[in-house]
Amino acid sequence: MLRFTLLRLRSLILALIVASLVIFAMIELVPGDPASFMLGINAREDTINALREELGLNQPMIQRYFSWITGMLTGDFGTSYTYRTPVAEIVVERLWVSLPLALYALTLTILIAFPAGIWAASRRGSLTDLSVMGATQLGIAVPNFWFAMLAVLIFAITWRIFPSGGFPGWDEGFWTAMHALTLPAVALALPQASILTRIMRSSLLDTLSEDYIRTARAKGLTRGQALRRHALRNALIPVLTIIGLQFSFLLAGAIIIENVFFLPGLGRLVFQAISQRDLIMVESVVMLLVFAVIVVNFLVELTYGLVDPQLRRAR
Amino acid sequence: MSLLEINNLSLGIHGVPILKGVSFAIAEGEIHGLIGESGSGKSMTAFAAMQLLPNGAACSGEITLNGRNVLTASETELCQIRGNDVGMVFQEPMTALNPVQTIGQQVAETILIHEPGTSARAARTRAEEALRRAELPPERFPLSRYPFELSGGQKQRVVIAMAIALRPKLLIADEPTTALDVTTQAQILTLLKRLAREDGMGMLLITHDLAVVSDMADHITIMRRGEVMEAAPTKQLFAELKHPYTQALFEASTHQPDREAQDETTPLLKVVNVIRDYPLPRKTLFAPQEQFRALKGVSFDLYRGESLGLVGESGCGKSTLTRAILGLDPITSGKIELDGASVQTGEHAVRRKMQVVFQDPYGSFNPRHKVARLVAEPFHLAETSPSGAARDTAVAEALISVGLAPEDAQKYIHEFSGGQRQRIAIARALILKPDLILLDEAVSALDVSIRAQILDLLAELSDQFNLSYLFISHDLSVVRSITDRVLVMQAGEIVEQGNTETVFTAPQHPYTRSLIAAAPRLPKGPAHAA
Amino acid sequence: MRNLILGLALTSIFVAAALISFLWTPFDVTKLDIPNKLQAPGGAHLFGTDQFGRDIFSMIMVGARTSIAVAIVAVGIGMVIGVPLGLAAAARRNSWLDEFIMRGNDLIFAFPSLVIAIMITAVYGASAFNAIVAIGIFNIPVFARVSRSAALSLWQRDYILSARVAGKGAVRISAEHILPNITNLLIVQGTIQFSLGILAEAALSYVGLGAQPPLPSWGRMLAESQTLVSLAPHLALFPGFAIVLTVLGLNLAGDGLRDLLDPKLRVART
Repeated sequence: MLRFTLLRLRSLILALIVASLVIFAMIELVPGDPASFMLGINAREDTINALREELGLNQPMIQRYFSWITGMLTGDFGTSYTYRTPVAEIVVERLWVSLPLALYALTLTILIAFPAGIWAASRRGSLTDLSVMGATQLGIAVPNFWFAMLAVLIFAITWRIFPSGGFPGWDEGFWTAMHALTLPAVALALPQASILTRIMRSSLLDTLSEDYIRTARAKGLTRGQALRRHALRNALIPVLTIIGLQFSFLLAGAIIIENVFFLPGLGRLVFQAISQRDLIMVESVVMLLVFAVIVVNFLVELTYGLVDPQLRRAR
Repeated sequence: MSLLEINNLSLGIHGVPILKGVSFAIAEGEIHGLIGESGSGKSMTAFAAMQLLPNGAACSGEITLNGRNVLTASETELCQIRGNDVGMVFQEPMTALNPVQTIGQQVAETILIHEPGTSARAARTRAEEALRRAELPPERFPLSRYPFELSGGQKQRVVIAMAIALRPKLLIADEPTTALDVTTQAQILTLLKRLAREDGMGMLLITHDLAVVSDMADHITIMRRGEVMEAAPTKQLFAELKHPYTQALFEASTHQPDREAQDETTPLLKVVNVIRDYPLPRKTLFAPQEQFRALKGVSFDLYRGESLGLVGESGCGKSTLTRAILGLDPITSGKIELDGASVQTGEHAVRRKMQVVFQDPYGSFNPRHKVARLVAEPFHLAETSPSGAARDTAVAEALISVGLAPEDAQKYIHEFSGGQRQRIAIARALILKPDLILLDEAVSALDVSIRAQILDLLAELSDQFNLSYLFISHDLSVVRSITDRVLVMQAGEIVEQGNTETVFTAPQHPYTRSLIAAAPRLPKGPAHAA
Repeated sequence: MRNLILGLALTSIFVAAALISFLWTPFDVTKLDIPNKLQAPGGAHLFGTDQFGRDIFSMIMVGARTSIAVAIVAVGIGMVIGVPLGLAAAARRNSWLDEFIMRGNDLIFAFPSLVIAIMITAVYGASAFNAIVAIGIFNIPVFARVSRSAALSLWQRDYILSARVAGKGAVRISAEHILPNITNLLIVQGTIQFSLGILAEAALSYVGLGAQPPLPSWGRMLAESQTLVSLAPHLALFPGFAIVLTVLGLNLAGDGLRDLLDPKLRVART
């Protein structure tokens, strides 16, 4: 297990280094130089020069890359050009919306997908299976922002049981905050739950056709016992992989849903930073999101070890 | 009263008939061999007895187990019967065990399912006992082992331990040794026989190999295309060979193709001190990379016109050697020369003197090409590749020489049976008129009757075209029937070589002796058939 | 089979609508007709009109054109670049090339696709072309991964060994033996990426970074309807249904094709 962890850790660090280089290069490649891009075409030459000075653009590229990296490692993400406050502060504040929202949506996803997937797989070909599969087809096809618009129309405007947007903050109490996050979380979870249900079902069907299931049945296990005791754990590896991907997607991919519901989250922050051409903010937040994705995938791979004894025993 | 009685059992899957009125019975404590070639329905009969049938299967007739009709039993009753009254052992031990559970958990489960009150400790003790009876002593193989830590034969012992843990009255073994090496096969068969005799357990042993059951079974039933051909006590069956199919099966199993013996001594293929190392995965991040030596200095000559056998068990280095000779994989040191030129250069001039036929008749052809294109593929190696009519003639000639029709060139491969495909593979190997053909387990996947025909064809072709063969196989009886000389390989080394008959009648190396002793043998047939 | 027919029928309705829109639409989508704004569905305007009096039905027809064009080209980019990469990685498996291609794939997967797509379109300007590039880039690793894993299992087949014995090289084997045998898989994956492309285009247009006015697009129609949704729900319903039905049709067709061509195909859906 230690060897396995160390190997994964090595590729984790490598991936982070390459990702940071790519992001840095992307910012360098914007038309003109970052300073003139940020200020737009109407900016005066001396303002641009001042910003160049502030950003350190007069230093060599390699030096700028290393000061960006060392800054990030020590928690200094630079200062936002539009907000004039440290990026780190803003990010932490926004994380308090995005992280709970992602976890909420992921919980909903798992709570829907596991039972539905298992149920459909254990009744393969039945009416239950067909309806679950039909529902997931629909769930995948519905754009989540459209679903969100309709949900607002029905639950917030017509019935008034949920707020139509905005976030009161955690100071207003846990339940008030969760209440405000419910519609966005459902909108986010709907397509993800559909995908995960399908993965759960097909992975379970694959393992149910394995020889060892037949062995278990020959021992006298019922269909249900064979599914619970032998198929489920073996079916979990592809499901875990998808859950990992989904978590990172929910963290960063909520941009549009955050826009629909006017939630002050990370996605909306990046979106606004991009439209305001605040490259410092963009650079650091994108790096942070990539970091989150890579680390989550790393953790998912470690959990494989818990499922698969062969990885655990690897010398 | 019989332990298992099958009466007029018919079975169809989605309306396609698989079994047609099968009847036989097994007495208590009897070992019953069920023999048949592929498609005979022998495994489906076993699954019907367990009622573990694929979706869409429908049975009619009667299956009485221990006085109970399983066809009318409810699913709950069936679950009580399975594992308790009947145990089952499967063909493929590599996939028959749950990879994420320890062997102890899996054996104990049989006990816990049927006797739910058992304490964890008692179940453990009884699992240990079952594994001990299956000759996996817990001192050497603790219950905490996972399947991936065991060899194929050891896994099969775990499956057996699960099946016999509750001392069932009947054990169904479906090709239990087909996937195993010959020495392991002998051990597993001895174990099964001992367990049956010790417990007075009835056993249904299903196999395609007459020799396997000949010295195990009390009674033999022979099936073909879903019907029972002949059923008789073993001794009587072999003494009389009454039914024509039984006779044909027996003759095919002992078939000896006619071929002219060769005594040429000009070497065609020279393999000199070949070593092949594979890098092993690193143990720690910084340790130097270790090597696994798959071939430890292999040397031999193959003479022109000769048929040379190469036998050995899985993992002995046969495949590595085959690929090295074909020039597909590099070697670490040594040299391999065909007609005086190194094969490692990959030059077409060398390569076109040598072709190959593989084991799997189904995976050997691109399903999207027609036979003409498949057979003509080696022309890529020719100096001037014929085109148009010349190409068609060459393909037609090759097809005719393997007993197929020229019109077959326009068909796709899925239109042919396994045996026909192997003929097409031989036609592909012949088209460049090579000197040497490597036959890599070329008849191992075929039923015995088809195998006999292909062996005849190979013998005929070698005489006709003065071909040399390197016949690579794990099957000793086939190698004995078609080769002039034989090499015995163990753990990357050739431990014995010599004239085939001499090696088989008077083996010198202990490994060769153990291989020959382990190979199942058919009894002598009746006087008139011999 | 039922899935396939239903899926193909749905898909062809929208493809047909897109094609016909080049020649004819019930009303001119570029002409504003303020007196007739926000009309309810029915009557002369089958799906009603928007806040500028434009005919929704006609806009959906032209919108289909944008969506389908963007998605097709994006899938094309993914296939043309991804498949050769995947085949090369499989042909040289465990080599530095394989490692390089697969690590590159993982890296692209690690980037939040929507964020990068937004960044690309924001930096280089919002246009249908930039939307195509932004969506297409993320199709490359999908096709590379799918074709690599399918090709890897084919490389184990004996007929590939036969081809190697016949002296054929990796490029020739990939073209002659591997590619024809993975086309089924690529077609099925293609339909799935196609449907994802339509969703992605809608999302980008919704935030104003896809096709630019006056060219109608489903995503932007939804964005424009947002403030009026309680007043005139039909503005949000029809474009939404158009997206759902197209995506549903493509997914059903993909599943049906997979069952028809080979039930054992492995298709990645992420």
